[in-house]
Amino acid sequence: MVNGVPSSITSTSSITAEGLVKHFADVHAVNGVSLDVPTGTVLGLLGPNGAGKTTVVRILTTTLHPDAGRAVVAGHDVVASPQAVRRSIGLAGQYAAVDENLTGRENLTLVGRLSHLTKSVAARRAVELLDQFHLSDAGNRPARTYSGGMRRRLDLAAALVTHPPVLLLDEPTAGLDPASRQDLWEVIGNLVADGTTVLLTTQYLEEADRLADRIVVIDKGLVVAEGTAAELKSRLGETTLALGFADVESATLAAVRLADFNAVRPATAETTVRLPLRGGARVVRDVLNRLADAGIEVGRLDLHEPTLDDVFLSLTGTP
Amino acid sequence: MNTAPTEIRPTARSVAADDGVLWAVRDTLAMTWRNLTTIRRVPQLLVFAIIQPTIFVLMFRYVFGGSITIPGINYVDYLMPGIFVQTCAFGAINTAVGLAEDKGKGLLERLRSLPMSRSAVLGGRVLADTTRNVFVVLLMLAIGYAVGFRTHTNAIMVLLGVGLLVLFGFALSWIFALIGLSVTNGEAAQAAAFPLLAPLVFASNAFVDPSKMPGWLRGWARHQPVSAAADAVRACMLGGPTATKVLTAMAWSFGISLVIAPIAVRRYHHA
Repeated sequence: MVNGVPSSITSTSSITAEGLVKHFADVHAVNGVSLDVPTGTVLGLLGPNGAGKTTVVRILTTTLHPDAGRAVVAGHDVVASPQAVRRSIGLAGQYAAVDENLTGRENLTLVGRLSHLTKSVAARRAVELLDQFHLSDAGNRPARTYSGGMRRRLDLAAALVTHPPVLLLDEPTAGLDPASRQDLWEVIGNLVADGTTVLLTTQYLEEADRLADRIVVIDKGLVVAEGTAAELKSRLGETTLALGFADVESATLAAVRLADFNAVRPATAETTVRLPLRGGARVVRDVLNRLADAGIEVGRLDLHEPTLDDVFLSLTGTP
Repeated sequence: MNTAPTEIRPTARSVAADDGVLWAVRDTLAMTWRNLTTIRRVPQLLVFAIIQPTIFVLMFRYVFGGSITIPGINYVDYLMPGIFVQTCAFGAINTAVGLAEDKGKGLLERLRSLPMSRSAVLGGRVLADTTRNVFVVLLMLAIGYAVGFRTHTNAIMVLLGVGLLVLFGFALSWIFALIGLSVTNGEAAQAAAFPLLAPLVFASNAFVDPSKMPGWLRGWARHQPVSAAADAVRACMLGGPTATKVLTAMAWSFGISLVIAPIAVRRYHHA
């Protein structure tokens, strides 16, 4: 979004936020966040702990009033018509928000009833969702007997009880083992294929890379970057060439020799020299020739493609 | 799977106002059911709920009881209504613990994102805990009977006494709902409850006659809600002048509920 003109709220966006502000005594504050999620797309909200991701989600789900700014979700203003927003959204939280003492089926039926589905529809939806999330066998067991991955699936299923057109997922895979995470990614991927609009917060760059059409990076309550994963990576620029040497002296010498290739001088006690690879393979040859002429032996050679981790690190200074 | 997905919109679902009184009642009952199911699934909680008052019964009946004389009344008869009130008061802590746990686990956040009635989460919690209190009071009546407590009125008056106890628990539940929403987990709720309840329950006429307390304490011990409830329950179960005591106890319970419940609901709204 270029500026905060309200005309940007159009019918083709399912989530629009403009200049959201929410202050707290401690961290997690939001200092003017604007977002736009076109209908049927996935926005990844990426940021370190305490960046304000959950605060943004809480404003969009109407559970927190913004101090300033406005947000429209599924065509309804979150402050003016919160009940209409609640009818259109599903929320899966950071903590698997299921009742441990209720069975999987009861958890889903309860959410259905509280979403004002009729008893029979709520019951049918519960059966469908248990099936869809591979929880049918565990459906009549209390959720406290579930594994972490099963709880997350149940939590996600609960968010889908009313087929909401807009889904907000607050760190849906935080704390899961890799297999369960893959599993959940597949489920979310299928949802997106069905045309659901998703806002997903995450600390995992891989997750944003895999699931999100567009990524917004926030840090300390501010948007610090946005774009597709590819755009963000290209912003960080080039592939890097890393050259490893036998000792610190050769490394320092090499860095001096390669100064016009924009080589970065190694830190003290470092034996690796990095330089941006502008111009492809030809540059590699030139670099190696230059070093060979100077009689410096190259021990190791690595090509480093930029990852979202690099983007994240360079933008927020936090890994 | 996914053969014939259930169509949710628009027919199966009331798109009309989700805020009507009827929905409020339905949502409150759904939440009450949910909370009672939890109590049913973890019956140990109910057992623990009567262990503490039972220890008090045994202590005051057999350890301290011999040294306590209340003129004109068998001490066990004096003691048990006090124990009943204490049981209800401590039972109300459940409301704070239950809400704080739901909050800590993120369940409140999900409920607040649903188009349900705004008062149903608290209403359902308080109603479930009140229902639980009915069971606990009946169990304590049986235990009282076992240690020699006898009622001296008729069944209707005894039931009225039970009703007053449950009403008192209901009123305190609203206070604890407010506490539960203000802390972050069950342990904190538990910890916050005791300093509040101790002066109410122990500096009262629940176990002893306040006339032997120091003057500065006596006034408080005679005119506070726990004493009012214990007085009224004694009158209902043991006899003597009843009307004023019952009305005073009811005034406390209704007063507390009417003042605190709206504050708690607003707090839930903006928590």
